[in-house]
Amino acid sequence: MEPKDIFDALKARFGDAVAELQGEAFRPPFVVVSPKSVLDVARFLRDDPGLAFDSLMCLSGVDYKDRLAVAYHLHSLRAKHRIGIKVFLPREAPSLPSVDAVWPAANFMEREAYDMYGIVFEGSKDLRRILLPEDWEGHPLRKDYKYPEFYHGIKV
Amino acid sequence: MSAVDAKAQARTEALPTTEMTINMGPQHPSTHGVLRVELRTDGEVVSNARPDVGYLHRGLEKIGERLTYAQFMPFTDRLDYLAGMNCNCAYAWAVEKLANIEVPERAEYIRVIVCELNRISSHLISFGSFTADMGAFTPFLYSIRERERVNDLFEDICGNRLTYNYARIGGVSGDLPPDFIEKTKEFLDYFEPKIDEYNELISYNKIFVNRLANIAVVSAAEAVAYGLTGPNLRGSGVAFDLRRDEPYSVYPKLDFKVCVGTGERGKLGDCFDRYMVRINEMRESIKIVRQAIAQIPEGPVLAKVPRLFKPAAAEVYVRTECPRGETGFYLVSDGTVNPYRLKIRTGSFVSMNIFEPITKGLMIADIVAVIGSLDIILPEIDR
Amino acid sequence: MSHDPAHAASAPAAVPGSIGPEANILVGKADWFMNWSRKSSLWYLLFATACCGIELMQTGASRYDLDRFGAVFRATPRQADLMIVAGTITHKMAERVKRLYDQMPEPKYVLSMGSCANTGGPFYKDSYCVVKGVDLIIPVDVYVPGCPPRPEALIDGIMKLQKIIMQKRNFAAKA
Repeated sequence: MEPKDIFDALKARFGDAVAELQGEAFRPPFVVVSPKSVLDVARFLRDDPGLAFDSLMCLSGVDYKDRLAVAYHLHSLRAKHRIGIKVFLPREAPSLPSVDAVWPAANFMEREAYDMYGIVFEGSKDLRRILLPEDWEGHPLRKDYKYPEFYHGIKV
Repeated sequence: MSAVDAKAQARTEALPTTEMTINMGPQHPSTHGVLRVELRTDGEVVSNARPDVGYLHRGLEKIGERLTYAQFMPFTDRLDYLAGMNCNCAYAWAVEKLANIEVPERAEYIRVIVCELNRISSHLISFGSFTADMGAFTPFLYSIRERERVNDLFEDICGNRLTYNYARIGGVSGDLPPDFIEKTKEFLDYFEPKIDEYNELISYNKIFVNRLANIAVVSAAEAVAYGLTGPNLRGSGVAFDLRRDEPYSVYPKLDFKVCVGTGERGKLGDCFDRYMVRINEMRESIKIVRQAIAQIPEGPVLAKVPRLFKPAAAEVYVRTECPRGETGFYLVSDGTVNPYRLKIRTGSFVSMNIFEPITKGLMIADIVAVIGSLDIILPEIDR
Repeated sequence: MSHDPAHAASAPAAVPGSIGPEANILVGKADWFMNWSRKSSLWYLLFATACCGIELMQTGASRYDLDRFGAVFRATPRQADLMIVAGTITHKMAERVKRLYDQMPEPKYVLSMGSCANTGGPFYKDSYCVVKGVDLIIPVDVYVPGCPPRPEALIDGIMKLQKIIMQKRNFAAKA
């Protein structure tokens, strides 16, 4: 299916929750959805027989200077098409539902987005820091992150 | 697995026992790097094995945001150091797609040759260390013997044995040395019968098969849902290989088979299947290299790309088939010389998702088999 | 005990008119003997974090054999006397490195292998979680540069460590 058709299918089903299709210069194109609807959109994308997105390729946080975002890259093994879903979040208290009930592959990647950006995934079966030590302060991949001076007495 | 469960049940009823929490790692000879696993066991049977990663997190993604596109190339070597060429080329292909750079055909053929040779040497180490974990030390020495010959070939090309930094944005850094093709042909002729030697030596050994068959069975649906890629996915019977299904570079011109697990010695999707997929992939890589050597054209090896080039503002996600799964680069460019966001999606990181579910009810020694059969490597997980 | 002429030459000459070479007796200083036995069986801890770990494994394997120096790898620090820190040490790993070092019995030596263990390596400038050199945590005897060091360089580092060991004075009176 073409990205435009996938966008139309989502728009028909979810209406206002689906905002726009970022098409030019985005490969694969992104469908922007609202944070609250992520779990329903994910279930629809996986279960609908025409879409059949059974594989989550990548889940990453992005820090656009004025807001954060979570970018999902999806792929369908049966239908052989790909699409991206993007969710924009505010910089303070960013949170959205977790999709690890839909694609279990999301669990570690959501933990990484939490660790690096501070994005909270509600309903995640396990949301802890994954790459940095448990007592690390701050979220490194944010654009305004300041490197700490010392950690446990060792110079950073 | 049910026999193990039944035995555990009987033991629990006979004697009062308490659960132990054992720490495995981060320094442990068989964890393929600094992986820590928190084991909760009832005697020898594991009830929960939770992986704890991050002991090699070096902040590669943050470093990528502070360097230019060309300056990040050496860091991709350290991403999966056993498949340095694959990671170099994966990054190069991603940036070239972002900036719409055309790569000369000779460079593409060279990239495919070195990527497949590197796949062979990566699977050799995976084979050697896996059998060493299982208790057989000899195959490790055999595989390192072969790997040293590949290291020699790579040393001829780029000067380094492990962290190659060979690909460049737009091609490769230097042409093949004059006698490289002959030496490669010699190596392939020498190496092809060795795979049969390994199968005779260890692959079908009764003890080895008993340790791997029916351990940690992953069904095809589970494999896809948990995001497994590469040999792990193919070991569960899913015939999906990025080189054939989403071809890139010159792979459409090359003919090779996709190796899939067949449930040879146990249920489909067990550790043995994943192991055999890697052994068979080495054979296919030999075929690919032979064809590439025969088809390689003359020509330049590096496109003209300015050193501080600024791609237009765009976002791409490009994935390629590396020995441990799919390595995907999600690049966001804002028109400056530094990447705005450089996300690296690696096969090993996502494979760790399945570690906890499939290790319930196994013995402690089987945990080692699972780690080895998933063929994880920590810098890919931790970046 | 060997009556290898090279070794016999480094010890003070046997008293003339006494026992000859066919009697398998070596005369020398106790210091020299202890150091010789220590340097000839350096058991190293298999501690490989990153890329240098692969070069360490390859140095211990088929072509560049570390076993001919008497160096075998041990999985547990309790049985090792050399810790080859091969690879990047991150802040999360730093405490564990110190604990492993403390678990090794005396006499123990540390060889820092590769740029990352020496000074933080390519991650020196921009990384927020890499310890800039393992000598910030444990005392190091030999630094082997390289990224990764060639097996020949690592063997050179081990031979330098052997020279350092030969110079130790085990029975000197404390000043």
